[in-house]
Amino acid sequence: MQAEQLGKQVNSPEGELTILDNINLSVDQGQSLAIVGVSGSGKSTLLGLLAGLDTPTNGKVLLDGQDLSVLDEDGRARVRSESVGFIFQSFHLLPGLTALENTSLPLELLDNDKAEQIAKDQLALVGLSHRIHHYPNQLSGGEQQRVAIARAFAGQPSILFADEPTGNLDQATAKKIIELLFELNQKNGTTLVMVTHDLSIAAHCDRKVVMAGGKISEET
Amino acid sequence: MKTSRFALRAFRRDWRSGELKLIASAIIIAVSCLTSVSFFTDRVKRATELQATELLAADLVLSAAETIPNNYIVEAQQQELIYSLSESFRSVVVKNDNMELAEVKAVDAAYPIRGKLRISDTLFAKEYETDDIPAEGEAWLDTRLSQALQVEPGDTVSLGALTLTFTRLLTYEPDRGGDLFNVAPRILFNRNDLPESRLILPGSRVRYNLLVGGEQNQVEAYRNSIDINNNVRVRGIKEARPEIRTALERAEQFLGLAALVSIALAGIAIAMTSHRYATRHFDNCAIMRCMGLDQKQITKIYLIQLLILAVVAGLIGCLIGYFAQEVINKIMSDLLERPLPSPSFKPVVTGLLTSLITVAGFALPQLLRLREVSPLRVLRHNLTPLPINNYLLYLVAMIALLILSPWQSGETKLTFYTLGGLIITALIMALIGKGLINLLGKLQPRLKLAARYGLANIMRRSRQSLVQIVGIGIGITVMLLLTLVRTDLLSNWQDRLPEKTPNYFLINIQPNEVKEVNNYLQSFIEDKAGVYPMIRGRLLRINDEPVRADNYSNEGARRLATRSFNLSYIEDMQSDNRLIEGDWWPENRSEPYFSVEQGIADTLGLKKGDTLTYNIAGQELTGTIINLRWVEWDSFNVNFFVVSNPEALVDYPGTFISSFFLPASKKSSLIELVKEFPSITVFDVDAILNQVRTIMNHVTNTIEFVFLFTLLTGLMVLVAAIQSTQDERLKESALMRALGANQKQIMSGLIAEFLLLGLITGILSALAASIIEVALAEYVFKIDIVVNPWIWVAGPLLSSALILLTGLFGTRRVLSSSPMLVLRQA
Repeated sequence: MQAEQLGKQVNSPEGELTILDNINLSVDQGQSLAIVGVSGSGKSTLLGLLAGLDTPTNGKVLLDGQDLSVLDEDGRARVRSESVGFIFQSFHLLPGLTALENTSLPLELLDNDKAEQIAKDQLALVGLSHRIHHYPNQLSGGEQQRVAIARAFAGQPSILFADEPTGNLDQATAKKIIELLFELNQKNGTTLVMVTHDLSIAAHCDRKVVMAGGKISEET
Repeated sequence: MKTSRFALRAFRRDWRSGELKLIASAIIIAVSCLTSVSFFTDRVKRATELQATELLAADLVLSAAETIPNNYIVEAQQQELIYSLSESFRSVVVKNDNMELAEVKAVDAAYPIRGKLRISDTLFAKEYETDDIPAEGEAWLDTRLSQALQVEPGDTVSLGALTLTFTRLLTYEPDRGGDLFNVAPRILFNRNDLPESRLILPGSRVRYNLLVGGEQNQVEAYRNSIDINNNVRVRGIKEARPEIRTALERAEQFLGLAALVSIALAGIAIAMTSHRYATRHFDNCAIMRCMGLDQKQITKIYLIQLLILAVVAGLIGCLIGYFAQEVINKIMSDLLERPLPSPSFKPVVTGLLTSLITVAGFALPQLLRLREVSPLRVLRHNLTPLPINNYLLYLVAMIALLILSPWQSGETKLTFYTLGGLIITALIMALIGKGLINLLGKLQPRLKLAARYGLANIMRRSRQSLVQIVGIGIGITVMLLLTLVRTDLLSNWQDRLPEKTPNYFLINIQPNEVKEVNNYLQSFIEDKAGVYPMIRGRLLRINDEPVRADNYSNEGARRLATRSFNLSYIEDMQSDNRLIEGDWWPENRSEPYFSVEQGIADTLGLKKGDTLTYNIAGQELTGTIINLRWVEWDSFNVNFFVVSNPEALVDYPGTFISSFFLPASKKSSLIELVKEFPSITVFDVDAILNQVRTIMNHVTNTIEFVFLFTLLTGLMVLVAAIQSTQDERLKESALMRALGANQKQIMSGLIAEFLLLGLITGILSALAASIIEVALAEYVFKIDIVVNPWIWVAGPLLSSALILLTGLFGTRRVLSSSPMLVLRQA
């Protein structure tokens, strides 16, 4: 994944506001990258642009060699369904679907015939075989995040984006979730881009960029 | 005081952020719908009544066998009402050797107060309306009299001591239709000539009439102010011809029904919108509670906000309603025969009260949940106040609106059936709807992704889905019901007055002429004309008790008891009659039997098994009432209050009567008929039929229009239902997009959801409409209806199409929602 001279400006009552300014970044396949920084530093905006959820004002993002900036929303959606997995801070499971259905959703969007079996396997990997028919509101926070991890890996994405994946969890659960995440990441050889406040979690990653005022202030 | 200021500030903020605009629009649309219907129906009702008063030639008619008491006239003068005096009686009109018994009417310049006279200059020339009456020394004769006397305009005729110049042919009098079979030819002349005629002497049989006209409330006030004694007969619009009364009452029932349902639908829409508002305010309330506000203050804040909302939105609604009905009036002006009377201000008051009650009944219960929000919610977000049971409150609000509703149906029975029907329908729909959703839930794993996702949405919000199904379902049910009942009712009306409704009556056919007349008629009319015997008889005794006018307090009964009846005999019951009680003639007819029309039986207190004794041409005939009949008088066929089996009356002297349809092109055949059979009197009812048809068309247009408004409120429920789930939908769609779903996939999910919802709703609506239709037909309208099978096609189709289109329109933002939402709303 590669970002070249990435910038994002928005219009505000005070005039044009620069949220991201001239970001250059590349992550190799299988590598993990932590994006850290204070609130409002532009972490989530950067994640959104890298994952193709939003379009930059200038610059471009290459995912698996594909330039996202030349694609329309449906084109970017196709790239996301084929190559990208997500884990969110507030889990974002569809409340009307069971754990199994939530997990198989990305595969079903790709018309994968084995969606259900793969989803079951993934749920087994995160230790939720016994909860596959439960609805999100019947699961604890940790369990919901494990379903989200199973969902993220179900489509065997080449790159995984995680936005504060432990932000809504207690410390002990957070630790387990991070271990699970890195374990699966390693097993699948997935590229991982993770936004976090937690420096100890960031330390698990191969690389770390620190954001400040919309720019990369430090890169290790 | 502090809380009030805070409430005002909060109101401004909420208004700016668009939160309250949703509820306000619901109220505005509801109130404008209701007030425009109210304004318009108010005006149309007044116009329809005005038109119907034409049949009386006034708004109120007082008639008596003696001179109208002077105090009635003085009272009318004092109340600044328009009035007209007239006298009618029978007398002989003479021209040379020709003498003809005529119905004489002496009128003053104010006649007629409602409607217009129509005249023509010569026989069969084009008729035209006139505001004049015959000048002094002149007379207007109808065609029959002029033909009988063989006079032409310009000739003179003698009436008592008067010699009058026949100047115009009288072709139409608005109030002519009163008593069809006792009408002799007409001569109309100026009342100023009356004394000179010397026709009115002590003991003369004269009908004195006082016609009164004015604003409806003035006339009502006049009617209430005068002390009416038993000798004076009063007829207002309600006492006008029965077929007009029926048309008006049914129109009122329909307009009432439409308005009633609009109120219910608006209530549902407001409840749904307020539910969304309340849900979105849980967090605000939790924070305010944290900051120290107690439950009372929270309640006060929202009460103030709602009050402002109700008053402001109510007023705006009234204003829009007023302009809407003006627009409607413009659109309808081509259809309406005359300009409508200007609207009254009553609907504004009703509109405001409606707004307040609707808000109190449908929005307040939702907002009262906010006081239950725990301050702990700031820490534990999932702490949501328990949903309260609102149905009782909704019911109370509905009843309050019903009482308030000025357009509520004239009959409490209909109101009761409608309300009962609505509640039962809602309950049954909720129950069956829940069953259907659960059933579909079992199929869910086997469904394709889009269908599964759509169904999951319905199931997850099963409570809300049920409210939507019930709300929209009732809307669709009403749409189906009004279409169906309307069609059925109108076809029922049209059936009663089909194209070939008899437009001529022949009376005074002598027994020896029956065969010849019948043969003659067959030569120029298409359908067979029924010829019925008519025998005059006077009721002497009921169960051996002499019949006296004094036995009855009711004026109608007193007249019936003392006048001669037209009796008839018949082998088989006529097709427009229905047995209410008892059987038709038995095989063994050992004694005379009577079949009595239900209305007259009620008036005279007759029941099956009673014996009636008639005096017919000096002989007494006693028979037993073997059955009671319902007669469809609107059919214009010959019908009788009392008929006997043929054996009982066949030997008594009498004449025959016939009615038939004759197209205008064949009118001349009648002149030959009259020449051939001079004693036969021809009576033309075309004019009356045309009047009845015009009023019915008028009513039909109004009903169709009001129905459109109900449709609009029904759709508003749909929009409110979709809006209430908008936030969740946006979030979910963003997530689906983030996971790689393209627009088509999101769209398929939405289509599946709305189609499934539409299908369930449609099936339930079709079921409910069928049941209610049968119940209404059976118990209220008393008509036979076979449920149209197309309802089961139209219901689901209409419902799916409407829900799908409105749903996709309402969720168009969902389709374009940015996947970035998943990061921003974390």
